[in-house]
Amino acid sequence: MDLSEIWGTVFSFEDYAEILPLVSNSLVAGALLGLVGGMIGIFVMLRDMAFAVHGIAELSFAGAAFALLIGSNVVFGSLVGSVLASLVLGLMGAAAKDRNSIIGVLMPFGLGLGILFLALYQGRSANKFGLLTGQIVAVDTVQLGLLAVCSVIVLVALVAMWRPLTFISVDPAVAAARGVPAGRLSVAFMVVLGLAVALSIQVVGALLVLSLLITPAAAAIRVATNPVVTVGLSVVFAMTSVVGGILLALAGSLPISPYVTTISFLIYLVCRLIAWSRDRVRHSETLAAQAA
Amino acid sequence: MAASTQPAPTAAPIHAPEPVVKLRNAALRFGDRLLWDGLDLDIAPGEFLAVLGPNGSGKTTMLRTLMGLQELSSGTVNVAGKPATRGSRLVGTIPQQRSFDDNTPLRARDLVALGIDGHKWGIRLKRKAMRKRVDELLELVGATAYAERPVGVLSGGEQQRLRAAQALADNPRLLLCDEPLLSLDLHHQQAVSSLIHRQACDHGAAVVFVTHEINPILQYVDRVLYLAGGRFHVGTPEEVMRSEVLSELYGSPIEVFESNGRIVVVGMPETVNHAHPHQGA
Ligand SMILES: Nc1ncnc2c1ncn2[C@@H]1O[C@H](COP(=O)(O)OP(=O)(O)O)[C@@H](O)[C@H]1O
Ligand SMILES: [Mg+2]
Repeated sequence: MDLSEIWGTVFSFEDYAEILPLVSNSLVAGALLGLVGGMIGIFVMLRDMAFAVHGIAELSFAGAAFALLIGSNVVFGSLVGSVLASLVLGLMGAAAKDRNSIIGVLMPFGLGLGILFLALYQGRSANKFGLLTGQIVAVDTVQLGLLAVCSVIVLVALVAMWRPLTFISVDPAVAAARGVPAGRLSVAFMVVLGLAVALSIQVVGALLVLSLLITPAAAAIRVATNPVVTVGLSVVFAMTSVVGGILLALAGSLPISPYVTTISFLIYLVCRLIAWSRDRVRHSETLAAQAA
Repeated sequence: MAASTQPAPTAAPIHAPEPVVKLRNAALRFGDRLLWDGLDLDIAPGEFLAVLGPNGSGKTTMLRTLMGLQELSSGTVNVAGKPATRGSRLVGTIPQQRSFDDNTPLRARDLVALGIDGHKWGIRLKRKAMRKRVDELLELVGATAYAERPVGVLSGGEQQRLRAAQALADNPRLLLCDEPLLSLDLHHQQAVSSLIHRQACDHGAAVVFVTHEINPILQYVDRVLYLAGGRFHVGTPEEVMRSEVLSELYGSPIEVFESNGRIVVVGMPETVNHAHPHQGA
C-alpha cells in the first residue's frame, strides 16, 4: 500500500452525501455521548479517577464479550460488566489507595476474561475488534435506543448530584462537617460512571474510553477557571471529538476511534498551548510589575 | 488525673446564658488509647476557647466530637441544647489546612459558594442572590481582591480567609477552627485570628480554636483546654500556662516564662507519657 492509497483509506469523500443520512442515528447518539463524556469527565478529573475509568472499561469489555458469545445484546452485556465493576470499586475501595490496588487486580482479570470469551466466539471478527476499538456505526437501532436511554439516566443523575458531588470532591473536610453523605454519593457516582464508561465503549472501544472521559475535561480545565465555562467547554470538546470523528470515519474505511482520539488529543494540545502562553504573559507582567 | 476549673467570671455572668457547648463526664478512647476521661466543660456564647496539646493528643478529635462526626465512648455532648449532630447549621468549621490542587477548576468565590449551599441537591439556580451573598462574605473577610482567582494559586493566608468566609456564612452559634494559623506568616496569623475573633465572638458565637502556638491568639483567649497524654486541664491562660500544670500534664519537668506579654515554654518533651489507669496517672 503506498502513501496515496493509505490516504484514500483514511479520507475519501466519494459517496459521502449518500452515506450521511444512513448514520444520522449514530450522529445523534454520538452527540449524546459527547454530552455525557464532557460532563462526567469533570468529576473524573476532580476525583482523580482516570485509573478507575480504565479498570471499569476492561470489565465492561468482558461483559460485552460474554454477551457477544452467547448471542445476547452487546450494549447490555457491557452495561452489566461496568456496573458490577463500579459497584465493587465503590463499595470496597473508598480510599484512593485501596481503590487503585483493587483496580490493578480487577483490570487484568477482566481483560483476560474478555479475551477468553472472544476466543470462544465463532462469529464475525469485526465484532470482536469493535469491542476494543470502537464500533458505533455498526450499532443497530435497538442498541441505539438503549444507549440513548442510559445517556439520559446518566445526565439526570449527574445534574441531581452536581453540587454535593463537587463539594465532597474538592472540599471533603468542610463537606463532611456540613453533613454531606460522602460515602453514599461516592458509590452513586461510581455507578453513574460505570454507565458512562459502558456507553463510551460503544463509540471508542474499551481501550480508548479515556479519550472521551478524560481528555476533553482535562483540556477544558487547562483553559477555564469559571466552573460553568469549564463544563461547557468540556462538553463542546467531547461532542466535537465524537461527532467529528464519526463524520470523518464515514469518509474513510477505518474504525471511528482513531479519528475521535486524534481530535480530542489535538484539542488538548491546543488548550495546553493556550494555557502555557497565558502563563508566560502573566509571569512577565508580574516581573515587570515587580521591577517597576 | 483530670482537673477542671469553673469558667472565668467574665465568660459566665450571673444570669448565665445557655451554654453553646455542654460536655458532661465525656470520655473518648480508641482501643486502649485514652484521649480524655471525665471531661466536664461548658462554653458560653461569645467565649473564645483555645485547645492546645501535642500532636495526637486528640485536638482534632475533640472538634469532630462537637461536629457530631465522632461519638464519645461515654458521657454526653450537647451543642446549643441538643446532642451534637453532623451537618448542623449552627456550627461553622475551618478544617485543618489542606491546600488545593493547582488545577482545581474553582475560583475563590465558587469555594465560598459551596460552603453556603454545597450540601443541596441539583445545580445552583438562584445565581444572582448567591453572588450577592458571596460578595458580602468576601468583603467581610477582606478577600474581595482575589474573588475571581483560582483557589489553587492562592496563598495559605488567602485560602484561610476563604475558609473563614465559608464558616461564617450561616452566622453559626459555634465556630470550630482546626489549626487555622498553621503555615501562615506573622502578619496573616494576626489578620486571620482577629478576623475570627471579631466576626464570631462579637456576634455572640462561641469559638473553639485548636492551635499549636498560643501567643498569636493570646489577646483573644478566654480559656484554654490543654490536652496531653490522656489528661487535660481547663482554665484561663494564667491558670493553665504554668510550670506545675504543664509538668503534671506532660509527666516531665517543664518551665513556663512570661516575657513581653508572650508565653515561653521550655523543656517540652518530644513524646508524652501516656496516662494509663494501672500507672495511677
Ligand atoms: N477514628 C479513629 N480510630 C482510631 N484512632 C483514632 C481515630 N481518630 C483519631 N484517632 C487517634 O486519636 C489520636 C488523636 O488524634 P487527633 O485528634 O487527630 O490528634 P491531634 O489533632 O491532637 O494531633 C491519634 O492517636 C489518632 O491516631
Ligand atoms: Mg489535628
